[in-house]
Amino acid sequence: MTATAPPALATLPLADDALVLSHRLGEWAGHAPVLEEEMALANIALDLLGQARALYAGLRDELGTEDEIAYLREERTFLNCQLVEQPNGDFAHTIVRQLFFSTYQQPLYAQLAPKLPLAEKAVSETAYHRDHAEQWTVRLGDGTEESHARMQRAANALWRFTGELFQPVEGLDLRWQELEGEWAASITEVFGRAGLDLPEGQRSGAWTAGAGRQGLHTEPFGPMIAEMQHLHRSHPGATW
Amino acid sequence: MTSVTSALRGPGTGGTDAAHRADGDNGDEHAFQAAFDAAVAADERIEPRDWMPDAYRSTLVRQIAQHAHSEIIGMQPEANWITRAPSLRRKAILMAKVQDEAGHGLYLYGAAETLGAGRDELLDKLHTGRQKYSSIFNYPTLTWADVGAIGWLVDGAAITNQVPLCRCSYGPYARAMVRVCKEESFHQRQGYELLLALSRGTEAQHAMAQDAVDRWWWPSLMMFGPPDDESAHSAQSMAWKIKRHSNDELRQRFVDICVPQAEALGLTLPDPDLRWNEERGAHDFGAIDWQEFRDVLKGNGPCNEQRITQRRTAHEDGAWVREAAAAHAAKHAPRPPRPTDGPARDPAGATATRKPRS
Repeated sequence: MTATAPPALATLPLADDALVLSHRLGEWAGHAPVLEEEMALANIALDLLGQARALYAGLRDELGTEDEIAYLREERTFLNCQLVEQPNGDFAHTIVRQLFFSTYQQPLYAQLAPKLPLAEKAVSETAYHRDHAEQWTVRLGDGTEESHARMQRAANALWRFTGELFQPVEGLDLRWQELEGEWAASITEVFGRAGLDLPEGQRSGAWTAGAGRQGLHTEPFGPMIAEMQHLHRSHPGATW
Repeated sequence: MTSVTSALRGPGTGGTDAAHRADGDNGDEHAFQAAFDAAVAADERIEPRDWMPDAYRSTLVRQIAQHAHSEIIGMQPEANWITRAPSLRRKAILMAKVQDEAGHGLYLYGAAETLGAGRDELLDKLHTGRQKYSSIFNYPTLTWADVGAIGWLVDGAAITNQVPLCRCSYGPYARAMVRVCKEESFHQRQGYELLLALSRGTEAQHAMAQDAVDRWWWPSLMMFGPPDDESAHSAQSMAWKIKRHSNDELRQRFVDICVPQAEALGLTLPDPDLRWNEERGAHDFGAIDWQEFRDVLKGNGPCNEQRITQRRTAHEDGAWVREAAAAHAAKHAPRPPRPTDGPARDPAGATATRKPRS
């Protein structure tokens, strides 16, 4: 059976996920709780940025250069999921966001690996991201009363952004239900080891289910891309 | 073959440490001092277990700690531009650079640890103002071009200072510096290339580059420290071969390197007195405003308060994370962890050991 590459535009949501999460992780530089995490968070951010760039490169014919795609689109045309645009919050929020996202992203890339040249490298990168997030989830869930409470709060707060992840993306021929099943099993197992309760609330917002993939974002996203794009946009046509 | 340093080590491992601590026997002390002096004279490396004079140890701790602190404080002015980097390529380069600085901090805190000074203790001294970091990081990064100017000038000055440290008499520091210098010279080329792109870009970009060089040039020259006749620690450090060249020698070397580079960049160095002196075979340059240097050093620079507050805040905000990691490790360790054991050490493996999940 020949693996058919997905149509280029179908990878735009994945590229935007990677860019936006990379940007959020980049905001940690100089603020991390321990020097080793300065290294680790930057490392993950760099992997994600590399993934975004590789995917944008495949969209050149449709959307232009990587910088045109990243810097000259308006908020409503970004197709990332809302989870990745959520502000860093405290380290617990960042770790839970990493856990939820990398547990989604790694098997997704694994399914894409035969069809998308980038995916093979990305699978091993995201496996590390996942390992990092799982270790910290267990460490903080189990650590002290305070760390446990912070993790539980973060999990509860971010839970409503996890349903969207499994809304099928048009053109991406993936086994979405299987992805969701794997994701839920893995999160349940990690939360169990961490002594955290699985949140009970809705896994999507009232009118925003699957919305990121349609260009509907949460309020913190606007300021984020304004900051990201302003310098590039201030010098139209300049090269850097 | 018996080296001079072997005389510092005594018959068994650790024997010399004992000798170092036992302050009773003057005869031994003299013999160790003589062996230490001979090792330094013979350009041999002093290693962590070797006997060394207390003042040599404390000088090294002071210098290495200051260097480590400079790396982690130095992340701030550049991290200031990560979220605004104007292209994805530049964003990747800048993030990797800031990450390298964290890595340099790690090697250097590690080198200080070999002298008995733990990272927590040194960070505490930084946060309470008892140890310093390079004054250059008390200047702000106002535009994107500052990222380039820091790479070209600040990293350039750092390399000029640090390349001789690769031959420093203390082994762990010298070895850390070999790696640091390799990465720094990469950063310097990236900074230069960034400025070149701006200088050859639009008028506004060119002006941005020139403005950054105008602001960073003089502070970069101050990075070599006070003039030789006013430098408090220089003479002893030179005798111990911790330092190999004087502040003024290194400053001159740096100026001579930068002048042709500035020309190639199409940018002007902001010094009307800068000119080639045929007789000396070097560039003459204008007087440095040492009053500004002392002011910034004393805490009156544009960003002193901001830098240390951010560092302290990050540390305090992260306290619960470190406590949780230690508590988790303690619950699962067969023995109580040592203070240096923080489980957070492991994620450093982030860059070193990356094994895909099966």
